[in-house]
Amino acid sequence: MKHPVYLYIAFMAVTTYLIRVLPLTLIRKEITNKTLRSFLFYVPYVTLAVMTFPSILEATQSPISGLAALLTALALAWFGRSLFQVSVLSCVVVFLLELVLV
Amino acid sequence: MKETKLQVYKRGIQDGIPIGLGYFAVAFTLGIAAKNAGMTAFQAMITSALLNASAGEFVGFTLIAANASYLEMIVMEAVANARYLLMSCALSQKISKETSIWNRLFIGFYVTDEIFGVEIAQDGYLNPIYTYGVASMAAPGWAFGTFLGVLFGNILPLRLSSALSVALYGMFAAVFIPPAKTNKVVAGLIGISFLCSFISQKLSCFAGISSGIKIILLTVVISLGAAILFPVDTKEKGEAS
Repeated sequence: MKHPVYLYIAFMAVTTYLIRVLPLTLIRKEITNKTLRSFLFYVPYVTLAVMTFPSILEATQSPISGLAALLTALALAWFGRSLFQVSVLSCVVVFLLELVLV
Repeated sequence: MKETKLQVYKRGIQDGIPIGLGYFAVAFTLGIAAKNAGMTAFQAMITSALLNASAGEFVGFTLIAANASYLEMIVMEAVANARYLLMSCALSQKISKETSIWNRLFIGFYVTDEIFGVEIAQDGYLNPIYTYGVASMAAPGWAFGTFLGVLFGNILPLRLSSALSVALYGMFAAVFIPPAKTNKVVAGLIGISFLCSFISQKLSCFAGISSGIKIILLTVVISLGAAILFPVDTKEKGEAS
């Protein structure tokens, strides 16, 4: 028997939402444990870095343009450019490079 | 000088635009996967509007195509999205204690890699209105991208989708680089994260582990190591020693 698609969607949505919302609604106090606080301070930067590399090399048609985009983004972010500029200029670098590369 | 609510909302919209653009490109390819699973454009759009999760949706569409059991669906969604549990914990410390339950429920609904990234980059406590601004740009990009992906999966030129695919990574860099400038521990951690992530992707003994689980394992191990070796002293958020 084929399961109804909307029931699948409901199970997907509820499971995903519970994972996202439970800590935010249940943890109402400021955490005082120093190690735990430090852990939560480092989590965002580590997780974003882990997700960025090496995935960015596989996102583009050529790993060279992916690497160029990463270096562009790192440099622009280092020099304090806005989120929008960093993001869009990385895309532009890939587009221009791939006109030559691919 | 304190920002007005409208200014905060506008700032959210501004940061939400690149997220929406990147989402559009990714969601487009997600739409193709939904189509292959036999879903209609409307069903795929509803899924995207409710889940806002790329890996979770890819897995879900695959399971729907396979006519899997509901239990399998629940387990796989929990695995694919487990990193949001960590992000939600981190966010619980980023919002003021007085944040209303409705705002908490809303912020929770939009815990995605990218929205979480820009939220963490905010100075001091996160103002929920900022999240409303970001989500009002990002969510439509994701939902309509999926919708159009089902209908016109093959017309977005490869050059364009390739270029747009780095938008989200560029944003991540814009979030994790500025603190690395002033905090040497964060700078070192980013280097270590890149290296470990690279190694875990290349070593064959990790080949059987899903990318979602890899992200969690690496995040927990590296962050915990850093927390023990370099505990953050000051009470001030975002201001490590």
